Amino acid sequence: MVSPGHYIALAVILFVIGAVGVLVRRNAIVVFMSVELMLNACNLAFVAFARLHNQLDGQVIAFFVMVVAAAEVVVGLAILTAIFRARRSASVDDANLMKY
Amino acid sequence: MSGSLAVASMHATGVQDAAWLLLALPLFGAAVLLLGGKRTNSWGHLLGVAMPVLAFVYGVIAFAQMLGYPAVERSRELVIFQWIDVGRFQIPMGLRLDQLSICFVLLITGVGSLIHIFAVGYMSHDPERRRFFGYMNLFLAAMLLLVLSSNYLGLYAGWEGVGLASYLLIGFWQYKPTAATAAKKAFIANRVGDVGLSLAIMLMFAQFGTVTFTGVDSAIGRASHGVVLAIGLLLLLGACGKSAQVPLQSWLLDAMEGPTPVSALIHAATMVTAGVYLIVRSAPIFDLSAGARLAVAIVGAVTLLFGAIIGCAKDDIKKALAGSTMSQIGYMMLAAGLGPAGYVFAIAHLLAHGFFKAGMFLGAGSVKHEMNDEVDMRRFGGLWKIMPITWVTFGIGYLAIIGVPPFSGFYTKDPIIDAAYAKGGTSGALLGTAALIGAGITAFYMTRVMFMTFSGERRWDEGAHPHEAPRVMTSPMIVLAIGSAAAGGFLILSNRLLNFLGPVTGVPPQSHGVFTSWGLIALALVAVGIVIAWAMYGRREVAVTAPAGNLVTVAARKDLYGDTINEGLLMRPGQWLTRLSVYFDNRGVDGLVNTVAATFGGSSGRMRKLQSGFVRSYALSMLAGAVLLVGAFLLVRL
Amino acid sequence: MTHAVSHGFVLAGGAADNTRETAFWILAIVSVAAALAMVLTRRAVHCAVLLAVVMLCLAGFYVMLGAPFLAFVQVIVYTGAVLMLFLFVLMIVGITAADSIIETIRGQRLWATIAGIAMLVLLSLTVGHAAIGPAAPNSSKFANSNVSALANLIFTKYLYPFEITSALLITAALGAMVLAHRERTRPKPTQAELARLRIAGPHPTPLPGPGTYAQHNGVHMPALLPDGSQSSLSVNPVLSGADEPDTGVDQRRPEELPGPVGAPAGAALPGGQEAGDH
Repeated sequence: MVSPGHYIALAVILFVIGAVGVLVRRNAIVVFMSVELMLNACNLAFVAFARLHNQLDGQVIAFFVMVVAAAEVVVGLAILTAIFRARRSASVDDANLMKY
Repeated sequence: MSGSLAVASMHATGVQDAAWLLLALPLFGAAVLLLGGKRTNSWGHLLGVAMPVLAFVYGVIAFAQMLGYPAVERSRELVIFQWIDVGRFQIPMGLRLDQLSICFVLLITGVGSLIHIFAVGYMSHDPERRRFFGYMNLFLAAMLLLVLSSNYLGLYAGWEGVGLASYLLIGFWQYKPTAATAAKKAFIANRVGDVGLSLAIMLMFAQFGTVTFTGVDSAIGRASHGVVLAIGLLLLLGACGKSAQVPLQSWLLDAMEGPTPVSALIHAATMVTAGVYLIVRSAPIFDLSAGARLAVAIVGAVTLLFGAIIGCAKDDIKKALAGSTMSQIGYMMLAAGLGPAGYVFAIAHLLAHGFFKAGMFLGAGSVKHEMNDEVDMRRFGGLWKIMPITWVTFGIGYLAIIGVPPFSGFYTKDPIIDAAYAKGGTSGALLGTAALIGAGITAFYMTRVMFMTFSGERRWDEGAHPHEAPRVMTSPMIVLAIGSAAAGGFLILSNRLLNFLGPVTGVPPQSHGVFTSWGLIALALVAVGIVIAWAMYGRREVAVTAPAGNLVTVAARKDLYGDTINEGLLMRPGQWLTRLSVYFDNRGVDGLVNTVAATFGGSSGRMRKLQSGFVRSYALSMLAGAVLLVGAFLLVRL
Repeated sequence: MTHAVSHGFVLAGGAADNTRETAFWILAIVSVAAALAMVLTRRAVHCAVLLAVVMLCLAGFYVMLGAPFLAFVQVIVYTGAVLMLFLFVLMIVGITAADSIIETIRGQRLWATIAGIAMLVLLSLTVGHAAIGPAAPNSSKFANSNVSALANLIFTKYLYPFEITSALLITAALGAMVLAHRERTRPKPTQAELARLRIAGPHPTPLPGPGTYAQHNGVHMPALLPDGSQSSLSVNPVLSGADEPDTGVDQRRPEELPGPVGAPAGAALPGGQEAGDH
């Protein structure tokens, strides 16, 4: 019997994988994709909770999360393109002028 | 102890009710002269003289009124205003006019007026004369407050006031570094004594709840022996400071840096006698503690020998007279330490000393004035023909101080020697012997001063053209000479002062005749002293430069190492202490503060390395923070 | 269709349960594996494709959890649009050599792993500690179809978020346009100018095509010159990592650009990196 608890556990696992991916990868686009993974994990959790309580609010929120994530990807990738044009590099480590 | 000592004073009536005038007149003079500034320069000295004279006139009227009362009603008090009004701590600004204080009032205002008149002539060339009179009037006001106050705190206020005036006047010629240093020395030495007096007052308040004379006198019988002894010793410490007794004697000789009228008034006649006044006024306290009395007597005896030995080796005429002052006050303290047997004689000697010492100081001032401010007696000589009035008045004072009858000193000094021997036991014998020897030494050094200054060859400097002092200066000297001659006899013969002061101080248990055996021995010693001095200074030529003396002479020239002891015992440890404190402040306190600052600086310097600039490091910190948050939530929920 | 969607998968039944359980485990393992692979693989395009796999698995989960509308939205919008956007940008940025294995920040990998494991443990504790019971029995909420029920919620209870989110979308679109806009420093070269440039340039003739071999004929295969060496002109520079041709856009390398105090800013770049996935 698969309870919503299983889904939530899975969501946790995916979330952690995405977090580690943000920290470990240097390519900015891959970092973005890890963030998308984290957002998707959250969506899964929301939908699982919606199923648990038999309310549709979780699904509505997951829907909004998707919308906002899409907007965020758009803007983020536009920024990334602009940076890439100026600096010829898509590595997050190259933006380190704010050091001590 | 006479029972009448604890009689409560009645309220002052009539003229005596305006006794605040005694304070107000000189205070007014001081205020006008000091606050008025240069505008008052032309007539300042006249105002400065008028105030003490008016105060003296009032003193005489008050004295006459007092004589009209019967003996038991002569102690009068009046309250000017309530000074301190805090709960249990009630101190009135009150004045007590009784036999003891009126004696001092007359001495202070009388001799003071004469010295003020002298100072008009002495300071005539000084552009700061007005300021001088301002300070002198200030001194008079403070001294009168000291002797008139009806409680110890008012006395202390006057005490401090005369200390301040003494500082201002010793350092009057501020541009002279020696004068400034001497003023500081006097003030600091006085301060040490003041600690004793203030502690005594605090102890009185703690034990009795009151510091008025009437209150303390009636309550002292209830205190324990230890408390009475402590109060007595603390009062003695205060008196030592103000009266330049051993161990606080080092400032008096340096105080001769001030103008001569200052030396005459403050450091001969009045301020230095405040210590004796304090002891006599606190008679009920000392009567209850034999230990305190003995301490007073010992201090007096030691000091009288100390001052005499110093006076023998000084070539500066004023310093020689200062050593003499120290010694004579030692006599007064010795007498005061003998209890009721000696109080009256202490006061009598004090009054007589006021006359002849002030007279001699004025004489020295007139000589100094005429010899272009030279004070080295080795540069004097042969002045008796040129300054006859000075010579005669000084000579009368000289005869008075060494105790030649019928002059004052004979009548006032010999009863002290008698009373010392009458005390009995080893202490009496030792004290009496010290007084006897002191009399002999006094004769020696005073004769030395006379011979070196007035007789013999003229050893003057180039450009010295002395002649007799102007009349404004010689008139006070003449009046004081009359007092020097007659005061002693007047006070002692037919027990006049004894009967007058008896209700306040108590009477001696045994009465002495005028010519006692000890007195005759004293006279013999005086004669020996005169002969030795004549042999050394009268018959032979006086050397112009001081010859190298023997061990005692060298020691006496160095004030019997008083300064050396002070320096070694107090000054150097004090310096080390300050150096240590500075070191600790720089290393310890500053070090602590700087360490805190450096810690912050260092740690922030290390912590800024955390800012690597890499986004991923920041993301790692964020994740770590999120982990901690979740952990915290779990802990709370669990 | 909606009928079946609304009622079918939520009914408790032995066969349906078993199916659901099997489906869950398969999809779960696939998604976790894909996620791990996405994080660890070097090539960026592989990451994008693996992410697509994860998203499709999630779509399957949504269906099983009774959210069919969301499942479709996930596939159409998320996987179809957002991921494609990622791939487009990857194309623009360029694909070069593989990621460098060397981690430039000391201890980053170690601490990241530790933090990740800690997070996993803590969250699992939270989830395990929470009382998550079985799904509540079917209620009348699901009487309507999923879409109508969702619409009901969105346009009544969540109206304000909906409106604001739409404003957000418009803003995002505008922002992307502004950010991605490229100012031309010179006028766009006309056909005549391009032709003149080509004749005056180093290679007037059309470039050689990629090589065709027995086993490979992709556009990334270089052609061979008569002497047997490879022709660098035969492969698109985007595929090989070379610079783009001059099209009127500032082509200076970052180290040649002026920095804050006049010195070339790119001197700070470690090791003079090429564009691409590092």
